[in-house]
Amino acid sequence: MKTKRELHLGGLIFIVGLGVLLAALLNQLGFGGAPMEVGQGMNALGGATTGAGNIVTSVVLSYRGLDTLGELTILFTAATGAGMLLARSREAELADAAAPGAIVRIAADLLFPFLLLLGFYIIIHGHVSPGGGFQGGAILAAAYFVPLLTGAGRGLDERSASLIEGLAGAAFIAIGLLALAMHHGFLAPIGPRGTLGHLFSAGSLPLLSSAIGLKVGAELAGVLAHMGQLEEKP
Amino acid sequence: MHATDLFTIGNLLYAGAAGLLLIGLYGLVAKRNVLRALLALGLLDAGGNLLMVAVGYRPGADAPIAVGGMFPAGMVDPIPQALILTAIVIGVGVLALGLALAVRVYETWGTLDLQVMAERIAAGDRRSRQDNIPVPAAGSAVSETEEQSA
Repeated sequence: MKTKRELHLGGLIFIVGLGVLLAALLNQLGFGGAPMEVGQGMNALGGATTGAGNIVTSVVLSYRGLDTLGELTILFTAATGAGMLLARSREAELADAAAPGAIVRIAADLLFPFLLLLGFYIIIHGHVSPGGGFQGGAILAAAYFVPLLTGAGRGLDERSASLIEGLAGAAFIAIGLLALAMHHGFLAPIGPRGTLGHLFSAGSLPLLSSAIGLKVGAELAGVLAHMGQLEEKP
Repeated sequence: MHATDLFTIGNLLYAGAAGLLLIGLYGLVAKRNVLRALLALGLLDAGGNLLMVAVGYRPGADAPIAVGGMFPAGMVDPIPQALILTAIVIGVGVLALGLALAVRVYETWGTLDLQVMAERIAAGDRRSRQDNIPVPAAGSAVSETEEQSA
């Protein structure tokens, strides 16, 4: 059995060695000159293939849409695992928690619609401005976490959260399969491209973005709700 | 080397990313508290994200987003940014999974210290969560009957 001192000394030696290695690697790489042809090629194409004004969103939803599906799967697995581990304390009663004061309760109520609005705004404008499904979904989850954190409400109902999550995930895959049938490419951009920079443009990208946003929001809200209920258990 | 050459924005970003990575790894190696290990994992995550975004930098380039229907002349690499924006959310999910595991581990073994936990697991020494008092009789060797009665 290692003592605490040995553990720290060994860790320090390891970290210093790794630091020297990293510094040497980064010194050779240089700043702003990394040879990344694929990204420059995507930038050169601009919005020509997808019609989206935000190239990052084009990469997430179209060029590397399959990877995004994989990332959604990882998130789904993590959320499901956390839910399964914490599911035992489901019957916790929130009524026993200390009642929030009027200021906290009213502030939480006031904040809720604005957070929802901001979340949906960021989700549906993901293809024309900074934003998208992942970022907006996190804000949606935060909206449902505020009442839970202040003890002002129950937050998101578990059953409807898993329903939204399942439907959104199915919609993402359905749009991808539709593109496969129409253009022989899974998650290829379909639909009219529209004018660059307009809200109704880029074909199926806003729909995919909405599906991701709802799925991420429901998943994170579900996990946070599980964690919030845990505290109420005596 | 001149001092102004050393403190460029690139060097600062790289130093920050490498620093976060190293602090996170050190925490994982040297800290025995599960919650601290999870915090270290979060720092490691942030360091990796920062490093990847910094590598995609181009001198004098803008964000790869059209303004007023026109793309800027020079744009930074969009691929690291696309990877990182999903990775941040996944980091939250993984952290939540780790915390859920930590909660259950604490309920079962009554400790968050990895070394104490290893000793208790080796001894089969389960503890109840509420009072942190061992359920079987205290001692290093726990017999089979005591374990079953617990």
